[in-house]
Amino acid sequence: MKRTNELIVALAVLAVVTVITWGLFAVGDNMPRGVTPFSKDVYHLHNTVLGIVTVIGILVFTAMFTSVVVHRKSKGYEPAKFTHSTKAEITWTTIPILILIVIAIPATSVLIDMEDTGGAEMNVKITGYQWLWKYDYIEDGISFYSALDRDSNRARQIGSGINPRDVDNYLLEVDNRLVLPTNTRIRFLLTADDVIHSWWVPELGWKRDAIPGMINEAWTYIEEEGVYRGQCAELCGKDHGFMPIVVEAVSPEEYRRWVEAQGGEVAMEPEEHPGFVGRDRASGSDEQPEESAETINIAVLEQG
Amino acid sequence: MSNATTANHDDHHDHHPTGLARWLFTTNHKEIGTLYLVFSLIMFLVGGAMALVIRAELFAPGLQLVNPEFFNQMTTMHALVMIFGAVMPAFVGLANWMIPMMIGGPDMALPRMNNWSFWILPFAFTILLSTLFMPSGAPASGWTLYPPLSLQGGNSLAFVILSIHLMGISSIMGAINVIATILNMRAPGMTLLRMPLFVWTWLITAFLLIAVMPVLAGAVTMLLTDRFFGTSFFDAAGGGDPVLYQHIFWFFGHPEVYILILPAFGIISEIIPTFSRKRLFGYTAMVYATATIAFLSFTVWAHHMFTVGMPLGAQLFFMYATMVIAVPTGVKIFNWISTMWRGSMTFETPMLFALGFLVMFTIGGLSGLMLAIVPADYQYHDSYFVVAHFHYVLVTGAVFAIMAGVYYWLPKWTGHMYDEKLGKIHFWWSTISVNVLFFPQHYLGLAGMPRRIPDYAIQFTEFNMISSIGGFAFGFAQLLFAYIVWKCVRGGAPATAQVWEGARGLEWTVPSPAPLHTFDTPPKVDDSVTAHKDELS
Ligand SMILES: [Cu+2]
Ligand SMILES: [Cu+2]
Repeated sequence: MKRTNELIVALAVLAVVTVITWGLFAVGDNMPRGVTPFSKDVYHLHNTVLGIVTVIGILVFTAMFTSVVVHRKSKGYEPAKFTHSTKAEITWTTIPILILIVIAIPATSVLIDMEDTGGAEMNVKITGYQWLWKYDYIEDGISFYSALDRDSNRARQIGSGINPRDVDNYLLEVDNRLVLPTNTRIRFLLTADDVIHSWWVPELGWKRDAIPGMINEAWTYIEEEGVYRGQCAELCGKDHGFMPIVVEAVSPEEYRRWVEAQGGEVAMEPEEHPGFVGRDRASGSDEQPEESAETINIAVLEQG
Repeated sequence: MSNATTANHDDHHDHHPTGLARWLFTTNHKEIGTLYLVFSLIMFLVGGAMALVIRAELFAPGLQLVNPEFFNQMTTMHALVMIFGAVMPAFVGLANWMIPMMIGGPDMALPRMNNWSFWILPFAFTILLSTLFMPSGAPASGWTLYPPLSLQGGNSLAFVILSIHLMGISSIMGAINVIATILNMRAPGMTLLRMPLFVWTWLITAFLLIAVMPVLAGAVTMLLTDRFFGTSFFDAAGGGDPVLYQHIFWFFGHPEVYILILPAFGIISEIIPTFSRKRLFGYTAMVYATATIAFLSFTVWAHHMFTVGMPLGAQLFFMYATMVIAVPTGVKIFNWISTMWRGSMTFETPMLFALGFLVMFTIGGLSGLMLAIVPADYQYHDSYFVVAHFHYVLVTGAVFAIMAGVYYWLPKWTGHMYDEKLGKIHFWWSTISVNVLFFPQHYLGLAGMPRRIPDYAIQFTEFNMISSIGGFAFGFAQLLFAYIVWKCVRGGAPATAQVWEGARGLEWTVPSPAPLHTFDTPPKVDDSVTAHKDELS
C-alpha cells in the first residue's frame, strides 16, 4: 500500500518538477553559441553540464518532495528506524564520481585546445587602461585606442535627460572598433597599463585578464562576419562599466582594404583621444605607457 | 535527565552587574551568544540596506541615484559587512549559545576571551563603516581588494585593513575558544562520535578559521605596506606580482567559503532529524564528509582565478580538485533526504527553512559544479552567473540555515514560542522573493552581463527589474523577521523543555528559557539522550 503510494506521488512530483524546470529554461537566456570553434565547444560543454546537473537536480528534488508529501505525521505516517545503509551510501558516492569523470573528459580536451596558442597568422596586442582599450596590430603596424562612444557617454551621466533606450547599442558601442579578419587564426597578447582589466566578448567564447606587468595569451578564429560586443569583466575602478569592446569581423579581403586605408597611422596618447573618458585617479600615472608597450612588442616578435 | 543537573549555583554567580555593565563585562556564554546574534542582525540589516542601494540603481538602465564610485563602495561594503559582520558573527553567536549546552559543559572554556572577542567587533565595524564618511570614501575595489586597484584609493584603505585585522583577531579567538570548549568541556560519556553535528561542523570550522585568518591578515598587511611604506609585493614595476595577491587571498578565501557554510550544514543536520522524528541518516559519514570538504577546501583556491592565465597543468588540477568536492557535498544532501525518508514529518518554521535550504543550496551547489569546468568558466567568470551562484549558497544557504537555527532554538533561549503564523509568512515571503531576486541573475550572466557594473545595456533591463523587485521584497521580509524575534523575546506561549516533539539532545533537557548557568554538574550521557548515534559502533 505505502509503496504504491510513494511511487505514484514520485511520478506526480517528477512531472511537476520537470515542468517547472522546463519553464525556467523557456523564459531565460542561455549562453550564446558564438562564432568561433572554441565558443561552440564551450557552448556544447556548457549545455552538457547544464543538462547533467539539471537531471541530478530533478531527481534530488523529486525524492525530497515525494518524502515531504508522503512521509507526514499528519497522514499518520510512523517514523522508520533505519539510520544507515552501506549499499545506498556506496552507490551515491560512486555514481557522482562516474558522472564527474564523464564531465571531466570533454572539459579537459576543450581546455587543452584553448591553451594551445601556436600557429597564429596574426597577432593583436590588447592593453587595458582606465577606462579604454588600446589595440596594436603587430604585423600591420596599426595601433589605436577604443573607448565608449560619445552618445552612450552623454546618456550615461546622472541627470543627462537622455533615455538610454534612444541610444543605439547603449554602453556597447565604441568610437574605434577592433576590425578582425574572419577565418584567420589570431593570437591576442593581453596586458594592462594601470590596474587589472578583463577582455570579454561572449561570442568569442572566453574572457582573459589584462594584468599590468604581465602578458597573457589567448586566441580566436572567427568563422562568421559580424559585429560582436562585449565589456571589461574585471572591476577596474569607477568607469569599469563603461569600457566596452566591439569586434567587427570582416572577410580577409575587406580586412586588407581596411588596413591600407589606415595608412600607417600611429596611436596618440590616451589623453589626446577624443573618446577618452577621464583619468582622474588619485595618484595619476606619469609613466609613458608607450614605452612599456614597445618593449612588449619587441619581446613578442622575438618570440615569433 | 532532569532539572536537577541544571540547578543554579548562585553562590558563585550572584555578583552580576546590571544594565550596560552586565553586557560589557559578561563572561556568560549565553549572554555573549545573544550579543553576537543581535550584532549580527544589525549588520545584516545594514548590509541589506547597501544591497538595496545596488538593486535600486540597477532597476533601470542609465544612472539615476548614485555615481559609479559610490556604487563600487556599496558592492564592496555590502560584501564585507555581510560576510564578516552578519554571517560569521551569527554562527559564533549560535556556537556560544548552543555548544556548551549540547556537550553538557557549564560554559565556554575561555569566558574572558569570549567577552573580548565579541567586544572587538563593534569597534572593528565602526572603523569599517566610518570610511564611508572619509574624504576618500569607503573601499571601492571589491571585497577582494585586488591590487593594483585597491592601492589607488585614499587613506581610508588603512582603516579598512585595521578593521580586517580586528575581525581576524576576533575570529581566531572565537575559534580557539570553540576548540578548547569542545575538546575539554564535554560531559562524561559525550564521546567525540556522540557529539551533535552542529558541534562537529563548528569544531572543523574553527580549525579552518585558525588556518586561514592569518593568511588574510598577511595579504592585507602586504597591501598596507605596498600602499603606505613603499614596498612592492604586488607591483610589477617593483618586481612584485599582482596575481600573487590573488593566490594568497583565495588561499584564505576558499576555506572562508566553507567557514560560512559548514556550521550551516550542522544546523540543518540538527533540524531535519527533529522534524522527521527520525535519527540522522549516516551520522559518521556526515562527520567524515565535513572533514573531507574542509581538507579539500585548501586545494581549490585558484578556481576563483581561472582567467588570470595559469599554466594548463595548474588549471586542470584546480578543476579536478574542485569537482571532487561535489562528492562529499552530495553525500550530505543524500543523507539529509534519507533522514526525511519514511520519517514522520511536520513543517514548523525551522523545518521549512531547512527544506528551503536543501532545495536552494542544491541549486547553488550544482551551479558551483558548472563553474568548476574551466573552459565554461571563461564565460561565467565575473559575470552575474557567479553572483547568482554565490548568493544561492550564501543567502539561501548560510542565511537560511541561520534563520532556521534561530527559529529552532528561539523557544529555548526566550522560554516563549515565536508566532508560528508569522514565521510561516516570513518563510514563504522570503523564499519566493529570494528566488525572484537571484534566479534571473543566472540568465543575466549567461547573456553577458558582467558583475560590479552600475549601469548596463538595454537587453539586460527586464531581468534586472525583476531581480530588483525581488530584492526589495526580500529586504522588507527581514524586517518582519526582526519583529518576530522581538515579539518572541517579549512574550508568547510558554515553551516546554523539549520544545519540539522530536527533539533529542542535551540542550532539550534543560528548562526553557535555559537558566543562565546550565550543567554546572555534568550530566550523564549515553545513547538514549544524544541526538545522533554512531551506528558503526
Ligand atoms: Cu573593468
Ligand atoms: Cu572557492
